[in-house]
Amino acid sequence: MIPELGKYADTVLSAYAASILLLFALVVFSILRGRKVRAEMEKIEQRMSRNG
Amino acid sequence: MTIAAKANALWEYANPRKFLATSERVLPFFWITSAALLVVGLTWGFFFTPDDYKQGSTVKIIYLHVPAALMAINCWLMMLATSLVWLVRRHHVSALAARAAAPIGIVMTLIALATGAIWGQPMWGTWWAWDPRLTSFLILFLFYLGYVALWEAIEDPDTAADLTSVLCLVGSVFAILSRYAVNFWNQGLHQGASVMRAGAVTGTDTQEKVSNIYFYPLLLCIVGFVLLFIALVLYRTGTEIRARRINALLARERVNG
Repeated sequence: MIPELGKYADTVLSAYAASILLLFALVVFSILRGRKVRAEMEKIEQRMSRNG
Repeated sequence: MTIAAKANALWEYANPRKFLATSERVLPFFWITSAALLVVGLTWGFFFTPDDYKQGSTVKIIYLHVPAALMAINCWLMMLATSLVWLVRRHHVSALAARAAAPIGIVMTLIALATGAIWGQPMWGTWWAWDPRLTSFLILFLFYLGYVALWEAIEDPDTAADLTSVLCLVGSVFAILSRYAVNFWNQGLHQGASVMRAGAVTGTDTQEKVSNIYFYPLLLCIVGFVLLFIALVLYRTGTEIRARRINALLARERVNG
């Protein structure tokens, strides 16, 4: 499945692994923080509307 | 609609509610299209392009290195534009968009530096050289870190937005320098522009350019990175708007007892 990368296989694969890991971490961290902040905001809005 | 009317319509997005409603509507398009383009572009580049006659299989790093480097620079330029909007028109959404973009810029710069070092080792015989482009990129990375640290260090959000906007103006010199450094100084190891050069794309100049075999999958990856950047900025700006609202609600709650 993996193409013949010759003597540079480690170089190419490590560049791809590092980049994809960093991009994945950025997307996951952004989504997790976004969900947490949204849930917190909704909780505060509900509490404030209950208390008038 | 005239150009002036269109420009005025743009300011509607300075309203946080309008921004959130619009971004939530368009976000699925940007997430899905960017993911599709990146999967197709990277698969095409990694599996279905030949080795370069000089660089062997390391040429496949181009599909990550070039788009990340482009976005590292353009992210700062986007932050410059939104910081200027904040300084001139005091729209909070623009300051929050700049804040939301900075961590994306950090990751893009880090990918460009890391893939550049990994690529440079077998090609140049060294992981790092104090070359004009590499050095200006490292300084840009430090500016990104400083920008994020400044936002975190200042409690008052308007003061933080003011100071980070000024830092952004100063850092823009290095963002532009990291793009054009190779044109000013010839002594560096890093090659000149061979992809996003008008003459290279149209074939009207005689300098070395990237072959079309590599260029088409690279173009998909570049567009994929741009769309991913837009998706992340929209999503993260929404998060910053909500975080700001939380602070406002809590302050109101404290005042009301």
